[in-house]
Amino acid sequence: MAQWVAACQTSDIDPEDVIPFDHAGRAYAIYRSPGDRYYATDGHCTHEQTLLCDGLVMDDVIECPMHNGRFDYTTGRALGAPVLTDLRCYPVRVDDGTVYLDLG
Amino acid sequence: MGRERLARYSLAGPENQAAVDAGLAGGSWFRSAVPRPRMKQLMRRSDGPALRDTAIWFGLLLGLAAAVIALWGSWWVLPFVLAYGILYGSSSDSRWHESGHGTAFRTRWLAQALYQIASFMIMRDPTTWRWSHTRHHTDTLILGRDPEIAAMRPAKLARIIANLVGLVDVPVAFMLMFRHAAGRLTADEADYVPEQERHKVYRTARIHLGVYAVTIAVAVIFRTWLPVVLIGGPRLYGACMLIVYALTQHAGLGEDVLDHRLNTRTVKMNVVNRFLYWNMNYHVEHHMFPMVPYHRLPELHEEIKHDLAPAYPSILAAYREIIPAVLRQLRDQDYYIRRELPPGAAPYYQPSAAADGRARPLAPVPAA
Repeated sequence: MAQWVAACQTSDIDPEDVIPFDHAGRAYAIYRSPGDRYYATDGHCTHEQTLLCDGLVMDDVIECPMHNGRFDYTTGRALGAPVLTDLRCYPVRVDDGTVYLDLG
Repeated sequence: MGRERLARYSLAGPENQAAVDAGLAGGSWFRSAVPRPRMKQLMRRSDGPALRDTAIWFGLLLGLAAAVIALWGSWWVLPFVLAYGILYGSSSDSRWHESGHGTAFRTRWLAQALYQIASFMIMRDPTTWRWSHTRHHTDTLILGRDPEIAAMRPAKLARIIANLVGLVDVPVAFMLMFRHAAGRLTADEADYVPEQERHKVYRTARIHLGVYAVTIAVAVIFRTWLPVVLIGGPRLYGACMLIVYALTQHAGLGEDVLDHRLNTRTVKMNVVNRFLYWNMNYHVEHHMFPMVPYHRLPELHEEIKHDLAPAYPSILAAYREIIPAVLRQLRDQDYYIRRELPPGAAPYYQPSAAADGRARPLAPVPAA
């Protein structure tokens, strides 16, 4: 069952960047792609739980700031060592300038 | 006492779990405050600087190799051999390091290619050392967790001096290659290399050994040392600057801390050394923000130097501190260099009394 939660405003995220979002004790990362599309994943790297919001976004890739592991944030796919486990992604919709995540 | 202390560095011993229990493994490290917009600028990747530097590096290597071949048999070859050796046997370390992090280039396959080549040159398995270095960054100088502590307490001085010409590192590298080629890891490697990555280790070892076998075979067939002087040999005769640079990183500084300002050193170097070392002399900056590429580290240094003890003005200045400290640690393993921070700097981050740099007390041995 869908559980849409308002996470941020679209203006809160620069293009090709990421911000954190915390909800109910869990951390998430919200991305704005260079093409102005929005995505959301778990907020911690699957390698050693470093916060991805401090990382580098390049095109469709988020790079963890600790060990430079990379994920495709549009699919969650881990792109090579040291990240071997994919990130969980969450559906996102934008409505009237607000970014919503489906945490259901 | 020294032997007991040295045993604490093993990842396969009780200190590993003790570090986990003490909250030092995977701990939260101090970072200077850098505004996100500025950090994004500093992290930004581009292929240009690394393509330029790599072209220069390979160009010099090829040119010097050609000179060595042309002058082989004459004493005039010696300076070219030495220069080639340092570029191959020392400078490959910094290329291995930066490309292993993936920060040198924006284009990932360029970094991967340089990483594989540099790993061969420096005689390191690319997979085990990627994971080893990952652990080094997570648990820098944490006893029982960090597999890359070059100067332990007490330091293995004979080993360090012998490694100025690779006399320990190279035999160890070949022993590991044979072990890996046989499908086995060491106990320490098994601690940090995931199961699904291990097949790469075995495959790479067989490839590297194959290249060395061909090199030696050509040398034997043509009755000349030249192939070995050009391939593999530089890891011996060209390794001196590798050690000189590497020891400046952490030698003599704090262990079991969660602040890189207590266990890492930044040293100012001239343009030649910075080319050979690829700006890894900005080592505090690199550990604090490993996502910043080498060519932006000088800028990062300017951004955070107010929080750091002053950078050492030269390699010589660093060694004026390192040598007495390492010698003192031969008899006093609690001793470490603790530098004073400038006024206004964020204080050292010490979440517990144990994390002051001396290293936490020895873990009690469970009763039989």
